Amino acid sequence: MTEMIEILLNPAFWVAVLRIATPLILGTLGVLWCERAGVLNLGIEGIMVAGAFAGWLAVYQGLPLWGGVAVAALAGAAFGLLHALLTVGLALSQHVAGLGITLLATALSYYGYRVAFPKVSTPPTIAPFAPMEGLGIPVLSAQTPLTLLAILLVPLSAWVLFRTPVGLAVRMVGENPQAAEGQGVSVAAVRTGAIVAGSALMGVAGSFLTLSAFNAFFFNMVNGRGWICVALVVFASWRPGKALLGALLFAFFDALQLRLQQAGASTIPYQVYLMLPYVLSILALVLVARKAAYPQALMKPYRQGER
Amino acid sequence: MRLERRSQASAAALVLAPLGAVAFTLLVSSLLVLWAGAPVGQTYGLLLQGAFGSLFAWSETLTRAIPLILTGLAATVAFRARLFNIGAEGQLYAGALAAVAVGGLHGGEGLALPLWLLFPLMMLAAALAGALLLLGPALMKQRLGVDEVVTTLLLNFIVLLLVSALLDGAMKDPMAMGWPQSVSLVPELELSRLVEGTRVHSGLIGAVLLALLVWALFKYTVLGFDIRAVGANPRAAAFAGVPVTRTVVLVALLSGALAGMAGAIEVAGRASYVTLDMSPGYGYSGIVIAMLAGLNPLGVIAAGVFVAGVLVGADSMSRAIGVPTYLADVIVAVALLSVLVATLLAQYRLRWR
Repeated sequence: MTEMIEILLNPAFWVAVLRIATPLILGTLGVLWCERAGVLNLGIEGIMVAGAFAGWLAVYQGLPLWGGVAVAALAGAAFGLLHALLTVGLALSQHVAGLGITLLATALSYYGYRVAFPKVSTPPTIAPFAPMEGLGIPVLSAQTPLTLLAILLVPLSAWVLFRTPVGLAVRMVGENPQAAEGQGVSVAAVRTGAIVAGSALMGVAGSFLTLSAFNAFFFNMVNGRGWICVALVVFASWRPGKALLGALLFAFFDALQLRLQQAGASTIPYQVYLMLPYVLSILALVLVARKAAYPQALMKPYRQGER
Repeated sequence: MRLERRSQASAAALVLAPLGAVAFTLLVSSLLVLWAGAPVGQTYGLLLQGAFGSLFAWSETLTRAIPLILTGLAATVAFRARLFNIGAEGQLYAGALAAVAVGGLHGGEGLALPLWLLFPLMMLAAALAGALLLLGPALMKQRLGVDEVVTTLLLNFIVLLLVSALLDGAMKDPMAMGWPQSVSLVPELELSRLVEGTRVHSGLIGAVLLALLVWALFKYTVLGFDIRAVGANPRAAAFAGVPVTRTVVLVALLSGALAGMAGAIEVAGRASYVTLDMSPGYGYSGIVIAMLAGLNPLGVIAAGVFVAGVLVGADSMSRAIGVPTYLADVIVAVALLSVLVATLLAQYRLRWR
């Protein structure tokens, strides 16, 4: 117990919580935008890989760090456009199209990495974002600007979603596309826009891994974080504020399992600790299942004139 | 952009659609080969030769196709009922673990049972392990409305960590010099080779038989009819008196069992022990194969051999000419997406306004 208190009183622990939460915040916001418009985007896992790779490669080729973030967002947006073409334009199964995009984005990134670096055994590195030490706020000043960006995007998303005509249109096409069409809103255009924007966020989420958390690109570095975001958005009832809370809560447990694992006072295999994040995600889904207010048109393709 | 259902798919569209998908896939992968700075023709030549160019190449491709056909069947069964089982990877490992738990040499000795009993018992354990692993997500979907895609995906990570823990602990082979691998199966449980000097094993016959069985199930049984009804429209099916929840649960058990058996057959036919890298994503590839086959169990055999050929051929091509093996994954992913689009365009007409 004293061990626990020691961990919780250590600022380094909270620094880790916020660091772990950052890609989850960005990714969950990305999923949220897609799903609010009524489209499931299982491409997230691969789009995060593509964002991590493209952002890192751009910086490695000499672009500034923010240029790398922009490239990652563009890569995400490009795969988002493909997803929109398949699921909105052609009304294909959102499950299968999303998985296809995950496979494609992952394969392209790994292929690109191997073409660019055929024989390296230790991954080449870049100089990543530095902590914002001038900020003077404990815990936050140990983070990089990408974390600040992620946190600021939460109220911004909430404002756009609930206080602007754009947000209203997105929510309408996600709840009742027929009615939206009747109001003169183009369902296809709004859904496409939401998917592209959400996917760009997923790309940025990936770039956090290579431009801030680490300084290189590794295979399997996304490691299911995308899927966790898909679970988190359900847990967050599709609300940006709750998405932030969910990501922080999740990161809290993840950081805790890391510390407990390091404390090493246990006969429990370390794999059990590593399982916790995934188990927690499933538990979270079950807990909110009864009252989850899914966007009414989620996963329902909309074909103009068909009911 | 608008879609308009064709009153009747034209014969030309039905022929052109798959050809167009193949052409598009080749175009994308050719661009990638050019990017890698390799001659396109030679790359494809080497890939084809490595996959189908000799008896040895065929044997390697068919060996690789065995688990792929089985996971492809697992996805086919589930997707037909719109149960999106993305957890075949975890179910495969669960099956492999169960097979070794029943048929393994624990402390140097296997279970004291006659072979005719031990072998079916091993397969049954594997099928059961896979089935039970999917039962949870299926029930959560039916009872609580929890999306099964996310739960099955997350379970994959949990199972892999469980395998890792067991290979460090309870199931570790003490003779493996510290390598994380499980104890071996009782030697008599290993599947026999179909052709001496190659790795193709009798699991191939099992996989083909299971494909035929699944095909017959869809075509001739009430359950098969129920599965198709639930997949087409669960509400209408319930209204027509189809027991929807029971059907989904049976589908989950069947799909999980197929993936579990893929694990057991892979262990019994290849290494005879479980390692953490025994499956390079067979569970995920199974979904691609099922979609490429249009959810047709017999088509799964062909699609499984095709994907296996691309994977095996790319390995051998990469060794010869240095184009990264990940080209295979790109080809498979692009093929999946373009086949989906092509199938749709054969049924729908695109109207630009």
